[in-house]
Amino acid sequence: MASHDHNHDIDAVSGTATTGHVWDDIRELNTPLPRWWLWTFYLTILWSIGYWIVYPAWPLIANHTRGVFGYSSRAEVAVELQQLESVRDRQAAALRTASVDDIRNDPTLLRMATARGRAAFGDNCAGCHNQGGSGVGVFPNLTDDEWIWGGKLADIQTTIRHGIRWEQDANSRAGQMLAFGRTGVLKPAEIETVVEYVRSIAKLDVANGADLAAGTKLYADNCASCHGEKAKGNPELGAPDLTDAIWLYGSSRAAMVESIANGRAGVMPAWGSRLDEVTIKSLTVYVHSLGGGQK
Amino acid sequence: MSDISQTPAPKRSIWSRHKIFETNSIIMILGVLVVISIGGLVEIAPLFYLKSTIEKVDGMRPYTPLELAGRAIYVREGCYNCHSQMIRPLRDEVERYGPYSLAAESMYDKPFQWGSKRTGPDLARVGGKYSDDWHLQHLNTPRQIVPQSIMPGYPFLAKTDLEYGDIGTAMKVQSFTGIPYSAAMMESAIDDLRAQTDPDHPKAADFAKRYPKANVRDFDGNPQRITEADALIAYLQVLGTLVDFKTYDNKANLR
Repeated sequence: MASHDHNHDIDAVSGTATTGHVWDDIRELNTPLPRWWLWTFYLTILWSIGYWIVYPAWPLIANHTRGVFGYSSRAEVAVELQQLESVRDRQAAALRTASVDDIRNDPTLLRMATARGRAAFGDNCAGCHNQGGSGVGVFPNLTDDEWIWGGKLADIQTTIRHGIRWEQDANSRAGQMLAFGRTGVLKPAEIETVVEYVRSIAKLDVANGADLAAGTKLYADNCASCHGEKAKGNPELGAPDLTDAIWLYGSSRAAMVESIANGRAGVMPAWGSRLDEVTIKSLTVYVHSLGGGQK
Repeated sequence: MSDISQTPAPKRSIWSRHKIFETNSIIMILGVLVVISIGGLVEIAPLFYLKSTIEKVDGMRPYTPLELAGRAIYVREGCYNCHSQMIRPLRDEVERYGPYSLAAESMYDKPFQWGSKRTGPDLARVGGKYSDDWHLQHLNTPRQIVPQSIMPGYPFLAKTDLEYGDIGTAMKVQSFTGIPYSAAMMESAIDDLRAQTDPDHPKAADFAKRYPKANVRDFDGNPQRITEADALIAYLQVLGTLVDFKTYDNKANLR
């Protein structure tokens, strides 16, 4: 058996000292750590002590050490946001006070607002209205000139600020397409009759032998009060134009019957409580510029 | 081994005493535990007694039974594998999602859903960002709504009745971990769950009193049934909406 004295037990093959540990006659070499590694290790310990002094680190009884500079990630982000605001203000401080119409008439403000609006649209609106506002499914296309709730700047601003049928906002847009079938106002056969009439004014194919005269009367009695005598719609009530080719919920007979039988009530969140006024104005101008903005 | 035990010990430095750890696995394990516990005591324990850990806020309340059931579905489906619920104090995140998340906003989340895998967008403030109908369609067929999305569809949620018979028990379990559900809340859990999906429910007023600022409506567009989609959407719609930031003192909570 080998000797176990630390200092004198040199491995014959490598010439390195052993630790003195022997397991089943196998001895453990005590190769020293590379100096660069060891010193790096000591440096990291030193670094951590410096870190404790400079940054918030140690918990105490009632609080924690703040570090010599009082660093705070929350304070830092507040400063960064303020810097961002001041950069934006340098370019267009007037956006804060300008009305949407002022912005529309000032090329510099318009350019700034449109750029900001485009960015905010991507973060907040594109989820429903699709990139570029082209709409998807029951979420309307914003690039055409049909506006359920009006396409003037002020209309768009109100819709963005207060949303549509958004419960938490008392001033939300609140028109109702009644459930004429479910509530029993119209019988199934009457719904089918009025659907054929609406198809005729929308220049969609009409079933053979449809009773358009009866449909006209049903329309005048039930639908005209919101959608208008000529079915051109009423943006005050969110009643869409029924004469054009745009059908948010589809132009199939089944979709139209469903709309009349059970009503429709699309919802848009109110952004006034989520976004600041400048962002809302910028979004308004951007959406207005997408194609169909009305004067 | 036997050789070591027979070794005479002439003049040992303190460094050589680690031999006892190296040659006894139990002592080694105990030593490791002691070292790790010191780290834990210093890093974790103070968070329980330091008053500054959880900010003082108005508006936080425990989840309603329906929201809690929705949260269970969120966990079951592994939403946290792609979605975080933690808006970091970074300029770009605050610009995109809103105010950074507070510790107070997670105080009734056990286990928390902060996550760290940000494949999808952060959901800490998704409440009120989209309509219920959007959530339903998006859960059913994500790419029909967001073409570039890589989220899988969850069309079965709207077709599966929510199992909520044991929701009171689930609340009791939560209360063991410190969530302040009262006895009345746990007893009326099932009524409360139904009342949240039906504005005309006879117990609607009691429910509203117990859970201020709760959304009460049919969430999945199908008033006849209470489905898993009802629960999940109710949960998503409350995320990040409870704290009243008008009364929150930002300066008192810098860290």
